[in-house]
Amino acid sequence: MIKGLWWKITTCLLLLYAVIGGFLIDVPESIIGETMRNLFFHVGMWFGMLAMLVTGFIYSLRYLRNFDEKKDVVAVEAVNVGLLFGFLGVITGMTWANFTWGAPWVKDPKLNGAAVGLFIYLAYMILRGSIPDIHKRAKVGAVYNIFAFVLWIVFVMILPRLSGESIHPGRDNSPVLPMHLDPPMRIVFYPAMAGWVLLGFWIMEIRVRMKKLRNHLEDDAPINDKT
Amino acid sequence: MLIREIQTLVSKEIRLELKQKYVINGIMLYLISTIFVTFLAFENAITPETWNSLFWIILLFVAVNGISKSFIQESPARHIYYYTVASPQAIVLSKILYNLFLMALLSGLSFLFFILMMGDPVANLPLFLLALLLGSMGLSSVLTMVAAIASRASQNFSLMAILSFPIILPFLGTLMKISQGAITLSGWEGTASFIVILLTINLSVILLAVILFPYLWKD
Repeated sequence: MIKGLWWKITTCLLLLYAVIGGFLIDVPESIIGETMRNLFFHVGMWFGMLAMLVTGFIYSLRYLRNFDEKKDVVAVEAVNVGLLFGFLGVITGMTWANFTWGAPWVKDPKLNGAAVGLFIYLAYMILRGSIPDIHKRAKVGAVYNIFAFVLWIVFVMILPRLSGESIHPGRDNSPVLPMHLDPPMRIVFYPAMAGWVLLGFWIMEIRVRMKKLRNHLEDDAPINDKT
Repeated sequence: MLIREIQTLVSKEIRLELKQKYVINGIMLYLISTIFVTFLAFENAITPETWNSLFWIILLFVAVNGISKSFIQESPARHIYYYTVASPQAIVLSKILYNLFLMALLSGLSFLFFILMMGDPVANLPLFLLALLLGSMGLSSVLTMVAAIASRASQNFSLMAILSFPIILPFLGTLMKISQGAITLSGWEGTASFIVILLTINLSVILLAVILFPYLWKD
């Protein structure tokens, strides 16, 4: 885990900047009007989720290398925070979609990818819940996490590009892609994304510490604060 | 060495299946009665799009049913015995291969019954048969791995469904695109990229199965 206070202060500053800047700067005139500001929040949820799920994947791999229980705790909590970001991303996306497309949910490869991701990781939690033995739970969970993550990445990254019928922005020359953003929007967008990702790590770290303390209270194992 | 082991294990699977014929007969009856129920549920003629979707959804349910037993049919003691005589890679590959045969059989049967009851909309038969083969490969490899995962937990069947449906979706979606192509067009244009994706997903799933299965196997 990252040591020190500096990155937590950075997170607070970045997110304050994102919220204040996100609501106060001028957004360019477009058909979606002021809802353009949702970009700073909705896309941040997506990046946060992706960062968390990648962390979960890496820690599952590391768990399988030496069967260190602590790696498994990090993997689960990363997925938990990833799910939180995923749900927030879907909610912010639905409010946005309701405004721009007229319906909260449309049939689109990108939206389906997000929904499938949520289903996969909810199933992961149910799988873990149904195995009482902790070592077996950790091992089976890690295997499923790795397996599902790879297939999900294939689904999210490759399929929308091939079917090529997405109305969701994020490819080609749509106005809300970072490269095509207005310069004043860009100076809020990039710090906002970094802030959301860091917030994800922060929540995850707190959850990992809580889990350790709970395990300690349950079976009096010595607390080891190094992960 | 590995090839020999796989051969022996696959022939063991086939002999086991033939010894307990009621299992495979049960799956076939499940398939046919599901198709019959669908046939009755639709009053009027089915459009080719609906035909395609129904075909793959029914096949998915049959596959989940048929493959979920892969690792729970035999007793844990027998598994310990296999563990001592065979490598985990051989075990998982032989299960995938055996389930591929099973799925090829079931998808062929399903196709026949669909033609019998709901007409034959397929314009490009070779492409559709290729989709069936690729679909059998994908369903067997993904579902064998999920069956191995689900067999380690309790309440196996519902778990099998919730674990496999979201991760089989990318595969099924691509497959439906190919077979839709086989239904509407008589040519092959535009399907090459989808076939490449299916093969890539298939290979990566098998690779992941070979890498990850040993961790599931050891207790």
